Formats: sequence, C-alpha cells, structure tokens
Amino acid sequence: MQADLSVILPEIVLAIYVMLALIGAVYTSKDKLAPMLVWVTAALMAVLGIWIGTSGSGSTEAFGGMIVDDAFSRFAKVAILLSAAAVMVMGQDYMSKRGMLRFEYPLLVALSTIGMMVMVSAGDLMALYMGLELQSLALYVVASLRRDSVKSTEAGLKYFVLGALSSGLLLYGASLVYGFAGTTLFSGIIEVAQHGEVTIGLLFGIVFLISGLAFKVSAVPFHMWTPDVYEGAPTPVTAFFASAPKVAAMGLFARVLHDAFGHAVQDWSQIVALLALLSMFLGAVAAIGQTDLKRLMAYSSIAHMGYALIGLAAGTELGIQALLIYMSIYVAMNIGTFAFIMMLHRDGKPVTDIGALNQYAKREPGRALGMLVLLFSLAGVPPMLGFFGKFFVLRAAVEADMAWLAIAGVVASVIGAYYYLRIVFFMYFGSDGTEVETSRSPVLLAFFSAGAALMLIGVISTFGLEGAASAAAAMLVH
Amino acid sequence: MDNILSIVTFIPALAAAVMALLMRGEDEAAQRNAKYVALLATTITFLVSLFIYFGFDASNTGFQFVEEAEWIFGLKYKMGVDGISVLFVMLTTFVMPLTILASWTVSTRVKEYMIAFLVLETLMLGVFMALDLVLFYMFFEAGLIPMFLIIGIWGGKDRIYASFKFFLYTFFGSVLMLVAMVAMYFDAGSTDIVMLLSHEFSYTSFDVLGVHVLGGMQTLLFLAFFASFAVKMPMWPVHTWLPDAHVQAPTAGSVVLAAILLKMGGYGFLRFSLPMFPVGSEVMTDVILWMSAIAIVYTSLVAMVQEDMKKLIAYSSVAHMGFVTMGIFAANQQGVDGAIFQMLSHGFISAALFLCVGVIYDRMHTRDIEAYGGLVIRMPAYALVFMFFTMGNVGLPGTSGFIGEFLTLMGTFQENTWVAFVATSGVIFSAAYALWLYRRVVFGDLIKESLKAIKDMNAREKWIFAPLVAMTLLLGIYPSVVTDVIGPSTEALVTSVNTAVANADFLAEAAEVDVATTNSH
Repeated sequence: MQADLSVILPEIVLAIYVMLALIGAVYTSKDKLAPMLVWVTAALMAVLGIWIGTSGSGSTEAFGGMIVDDAFSRFAKVAILLSAAAVMVMGQDYMSKRGMLRFEYPLLVALSTIGMMVMVSAGDLMALYMGLELQSLALYVVASLRRDSVKSTEAGLKYFVLGALSSGLLLYGASLVYGFAGTTLFSGIIEVAQHGEVTIGLLFGIVFLISGLAFKVSAVPFHMWTPDVYEGAPTPVTAFFASAPKVAAMGLFARVLHDAFGHAVQDWSQIVALLALLSMFLGAVAAIGQTDLKRLMAYSSIAHMGYALIGLAAGTELGIQALLIYMSIYVAMNIGTFAFIMMLHRDGKPVTDIGALNQYAKREPGRALGMLVLLFSLAGVPPMLGFFGKFFVLRAAVEADMAWLAIAGVVASVIGAYYYLRIVFFMYFGSDGTEVETSRSPVLLAFFSAGAALMLIGVISTFGLEGAASAAAAMLVH
Repeated sequence: MDNILSIVTFIPALAAAVMALLMRGEDEAAQRNAKYVALLATTITFLVSLFIYFGFDASNTGFQFVEEAEWIFGLKYKMGVDGISVLFVMLTTFVMPLTILASWTVSTRVKEYMIAFLVLETLMLGVFMALDLVLFYMFFEAGLIPMFLIIGIWGGKDRIYASFKFFLYTFFGSVLMLVAMVAMYFDAGSTDIVMLLSHEFSYTSFDVLGVHVLGGMQTLLFLAFFASFAVKMPMWPVHTWLPDAHVQAPTAGSVVLAAILLKMGGYGFLRFSLPMFPVGSEVMTDVILWMSAIAIVYTSLVAMVQEDMKKLIAYSSVAHMGFVTMGIFAANQQGVDGAIFQMLSHGFISAALFLCVGVIYDRMHTRDIEAYGGLVIRMPAYALVFMFFTMGNVGLPGTSGFIGEFLTLMGTFQENTWVAFVATSGVIFSAAYALWLYRRVVFGDLIKESLKAIKDMNAREKWIFAPLVAMTLLLGIYPSVVTDVIGPSTEALVTSVNTAVANADFLAEAAEVDVATTNSH
C-alpha cells in the first residue's frame, strides 16, 4: 500500500496543498491572498515538476495497475506542471488589474492539474475517467471565471454542455470496451484486442473513446467549442486551455490507444489519421477570416492538434516521440504568444483585435521582432523550432507509410502560413491605425521573450528534449 | 582556418545581431552607422571568402573545407563546397557589398533594412554550403522570411500582394520537397548529402492510383524537388510570382533576388535532382527541355510589351533562366558548364540592370518606360553603362552573357535539336526587347520637362557598377576563370549521371523481358 502511495506522491502533495489552501482562504481574507496563492501554487507545481523530472526511473504500477508511472507519464507530467505554473504566473498581473483574481483561480488550476496528472498515468478506464472529470470540472468553472461577463459565462456553459456530451460518449465507449473485453485494465484489454481479432463491439468502444478524447484535444469534427471558449474566457485562462490540458489530453489519447489497443494499430490509425487531416485543414482555412487574435489562436491550436495527431496516427514509436516533441514545442510557442496577447491593452481594457497591431513594429520594434519569431515558428518555417516539430511528425508519417498524410500536412501548413503572415503584415506593413498600448509587466515580458528566444535557441540545443521523448515513446509503444 | 565556411557564413549574421542588440536610435547618425556596419560586414565577408576561392583545389572533385558537427535531433551540421557550389558562394559574397552600397538612399527603418539583408546573406551562403538535407532546407526556407519583410516593408505600392505571393508560392513549392527529403532519409538512412549522392534510389516503375510511374520512386522524388526548384528558378509556367516580387521590391531587393536567390533553384537542380535522381531526370528531360524552350520564347515576347522597366527585366530573367534549366537537363559537359556559367553571368548582368533601373528610379521615382527618353543627353556615363549591360543581356560576344547562352545551346543541341532550334530564336527576341528598351529610355530627344534637370551618376553609383563591368568582361573574354574551377566537378557529375542512366536502361529492359517471359508462361 505504501509503495502504491509513493507512486502518486506528487498528486497527493498537490491535493493536500489545495485542500489546506482552500480552507485557509475561506476562513481568512479570501481574495487578498490570491496573488500570493498564485505564486505559491506555481512554485509548488514547478518544484513537483522538477522533482518528477529528475527523480523517477523505470516503470512502476500502483493499485493493481490502475496507475502507471513510467517515462511517458513523467514526460507528460513535467510538461503539464511546468506549463500550468508558467501560465498561472503569467496571468496574475493581468487578472488582478481587472479584478478577476479570486483565490479559487490558482486552486482550481491546481485541481485540474491533478486531474491531468492522473490522466497521463492512467492504466485503467476508471482511473482515466476519474482524472478526466477532475480536470474538466475544474476547467468548466475556470472558463466562466468572469461571472459578470456574458461572454465568459457563455463560454463556460458551452464548454460544460459539450464537455458533458463528450464525457458521455467516452463513458459509453468505456462501458462497451469493458463489456467486450471483460476488464477495465489496459493491460487486460490489450490481450483481448489483438489485430484482426477485435470484435465489433470492441471496435465501437474504440470509436466512442476516440470521439470523447478528440473533443478534449479539440480535433475536428469535435472542435466546435474551441473558438467560442477561447474568445470568451479571460486571456490567461485561454492561455491555460491552450497549453497544459492539451498536453494532458494528447498524452491520455496516446496512452489509451497504445496501452490498451496497441496490438490493433490498424484498427484505429485510419480514424486518427482522418481526425488529423480534418483538423489541419479546418484549422488552416477557418483561421483566415478571423480578426480576433484569440479566435485565431483557437483555430491555430486546432491545426496544431492535427499535426500532433499525425504522430499518433503513425502508430509507431517514432510517432509517439514526434507527438511529445511537437506538444512540448507547441506549448512553448503558445505561452510566448499568449504572453504577447496579454500585453496588449487600450485604456486598461484588453485588446485582441488584429487591426490594433497596425504599425506595431514602429512603436515596439523589439516586441514585434519577438512576435515575428513566434509567428514564423507557429507557421513551421525554418529555422524556428516550430519547423522541427513539423519535421518530426512528417518523419513519423512517412516511416509509417502514410506519405499522403504528410503531403496533406505540408499543404495545410502553406494555407496556415497565410494567417500567421497576416499578423506579421499588420505589425510591419500595416497603415496607421488606432494605437494600442503595451503592458510593461516584467513577468509577461520575461515569458514572452523566453518563448521567442527558445524558438531560436532550440535550433542550437534542445536541452535533452529528444532523449526524454524517445525514452517516453519506447515505454509506451509495444 | 578549419572553419572558414562557417566563419564566412556567420559573419553577416553576427553583424546583424550586433546591430539589433547594440545600436539604438533613428536619427541620421544612427542610420549612417547602420549603413557603414553593414558595408563593413559584407566587405569583410567577401575578403574572407577569397580564402575559400584561392584555397580551393579545382582538380579535386570531392567536397572541400568540410566541417562536421553533431546537431539537434540526431541531425548533422555539415558544410562543404565543391566545384559546383564554390562560385555561387563567391557570387553571393561579391554581390552583397554592392547591394548595400546601392541601398545608400534608403531612409526608412535603415537599421532593420540592413539587418534583413545581412541575415539574408548568411542564409544564402548556407544554402550553397550545406551538406545535410535538413540543414539545406533550413537555410533554403529561412531565406523567405527576410525577403518577405524586405518586399513588404520597403517595397513599392502593391508590396503587400507581392510579398504574400512571393512567400506562399515559394513556400508551397518547398514543402513538397520536405516530404521528399523525409522519404529519402528513410530510403538511404541518412541526411548527409555526400552519402546521398552515392546512394542509388530505386527506379523500378510502379503504379500509383492507376498512374504508371516510369522510373518509380526516383521520378516521384524528382517531381517533389522539381516543384520547389522550378518555382524558385522560376520556370514557366510557375514564374508569375517573380515579376510581381521584382517590381515591388526595393532596388537592392531586386538585385539580391535576381543575382542570388534565383540561382538557388539552379543550384538545387545540380546538387540534388540531377545527381541523386538521374533516372527521374532522364524520364522528365524532354518535358523540362520543352518547358525551358517555351519559357525562353514566351517570356521574351511578354517582356517586349512591358511598360514597366523592372517587369521587363524580370521577364528577361525568366527567359535567361530557361537557358539554365535547358543546359542542366541536357546533362552533358557543355550544357552543365554553360548552365553554371549562365547563372554566374546572369548574376552580374541582371544585378547591374536592376541597379541601372534603380539609378533613374531614385531620381524620377517612376519605372514607366514612357516617362523617360533621351537620357543620353544629360547622362552620358549612365548611357554607357546601361548600353554595356544591355549588350550583356542580349548575349553579345565579348560579354559573359554570350558564353553562357552559347554553351547551353550547344549542350542542348546534342540532346534535342528541336529544342535548341526554338531556344535560339529566343536570343533574337532578347535582342529585340533589350535594344528597344534601351532606345526608348536613352535615345531620342530629351523633350520631357521633368527630365531636363536630371543628373548623371555620382561617384558612389559608378563604383557600384565598376566591379560588375569588370566581371562581365572578364568572364566574357576569359571564361576559363570559371570553367577551370567547375570543369572537373561537372565532368564527374555528368559521368555519374550518364553511367547511372545507362545502367538503369539496361536494368529496365531486363525487367521488361522478365515480365514478358512470365506473362508468356
């Protein structure tokens, strides 16, 4: 039992902290504590992230296989914890200035982070569902954090209704799988689900599971909630949605498909490939007409999920490695970009209109240059790091004899390049428009420049990212 | 001096970084400093690159000055030059100081302008030196970013349209190449260009979606690379981005575009398409030769009716690049030598022609041919220089233009007589549009009021043209400076291609016989 508990010690530590902080904040000065709580929570998450990243080794199971701790889950957990901590710190100033910083915010984020950690180390359909719901419920509340704003509450409600629907799909899939496999343990399912022997009921189960998970990663055709939620939620929350939960959902996706159905790759790889294809193209095409930066980033993240899914569709070790590398780079790019979006304001009100960036490069050459680097990285243009993410998933696709998917991917990336270029166009070539002010917050600037610098420095050294991703992938793919 | 290639490549980038980080202010002194730093950096790059030229052993057909280091994601940082690439490196380092000098009149965002050009130089040099597929791709693609900004920020009236068209057109071409590169990596197990050059890609024909692909994988890979290089080159019918980009780009942008960026396409054909996919090239040869011939005739005719000087020269560039592709895919010694020669010569001549347009554009702020006439009366020196390069463009013997055209035509004649026949008529058309342009701009009476006060070239402008005149004459009178350097390498290239094709034909026939015997049973 004690051995079991030590496996989920980081989760326990974080959970106990959240409970204590919750009680403490309720009984004391409430929202005044919020800024401090943000920093403490972020620090704790960062410490946990570093701890997980440096300590664990090998692969251990706990609670009869319900929870698995291996290189893959550690990789995902580090990415989740660090990005969640980063986004929280980044948004603190933005939220407190606009009176949105309630003490629940850091604690809800921490709770959903616990959910994500459970998700990526789930070894059982029940653990999977538990983690997923813990994560989602916290996110629904965070989405409608601005209770007085119609848009924000609408975003929260939309997210909740559609999220509940997808959870239902997932649960239905899980029950089908249980019914036909006779177990909820991944290690049991994989023995039943061999290629060519997958019963029709199990196949239906896989399809429903995939549908539910596709919703969480906002893959087309389960993406409808994304633009509205991204636009409606306060920007720091949007930044959070675009980073850690995406990594967690993608990690869970990979874990279910490989741990439980790893011997039936042929049966699901076509479905995932189709999701990838649709996401890349819809993300690229639909973003063209957007004039709101946050909506644009929503479509951009849909497209990026499409590319990451290529790695999953490949169904190989190289594919999972590509997926992990892609997600890490994606998160870094998004944190930088959202830090930039948070900086923009006019008379204290946040500005997300693309037109506001007219001639931005003239007034703020340094920041415009940083954003330029991030945008080209998002577009996947070398020499930025974003290109190497794309390169990796293409490699995985070609290796898995899915050259058609690779070709479709690069074609979509050309279409997608257009809307990133459009932002560059406004910043550098645009005619004089209404001025936008730039926040001088040092925290935002730090994250923004770190994100941009990483896109260039990453080309010289990736700080062991590749090795870690490779170890994680080797763990997952059988 | 072990790292001389990296040193040459990264001097401009270093200077750009210094400018970006240390130089502040937008006043006149800051602008002047930016210009001098850029000029100094490009000049130093040129001087250092002379070590490459003089240290280069032409009789060695392998890669020289090779550097190798581990890079991220299991890729390699590998640089090197051989007879084919060394002169492109020299062309780049030679032209860049001139473009900086030509930009002396720029007055908006000077610092950023110079940074963009310096970064661009690093990326262009990298393209010609990279010996790793991904490294090559990185340099090749990254060059789009500074060029996009150069056209978009400092360009003319329709610069937005032109910059987007330029970026998306060329980006689309090259992403297909990226997929092909990934496929090559899995086939050969390496992204090392030296290794790939000796790797034989499969050329067994197969069917894809009901289409019979002659030459199999080689043809598909060839087509993917072709998509990229043909757009970059640019070849008819995917040349339409070039006139737009040229017209809208600032003078120095046009110069770099014409003199160096276009050469990347030709270089790519010589480095990848021809030696790595000889069978694929063989399969496509006739199509490409005819496309080149059409390009030469068609774009020459289009050039004739242009009313914008830059557009006219842009179309003439497309026509001249037609000679290059024709020479390359004739795949014999004269053709390939001529193609490289033509590219270098075009690098000097077209650069000079765009500079010629720049000289009068700076004074009159219009590129309409209509707006000029009789310039010889007030601008004799300019008339002389313009005349010289017009002749070079036409291919007058004694200028470098002649040698290139003659060699490529000779090479093509051996491969496909009809193509050579059609292409030769292009020479006449080029004389027609170039001389007509010259007559309308320089000759005639000086009747336009606005031109009455126009001034002749100043010392700076003369100094820009002097080296270009010298190189055009040198190459025209003593072509051995080029052919001696490239000769051994191109000979090795042509031999290996022809051997590969000969072997493949033999094998293909054998396979057909096999199939026939199996069927008869």
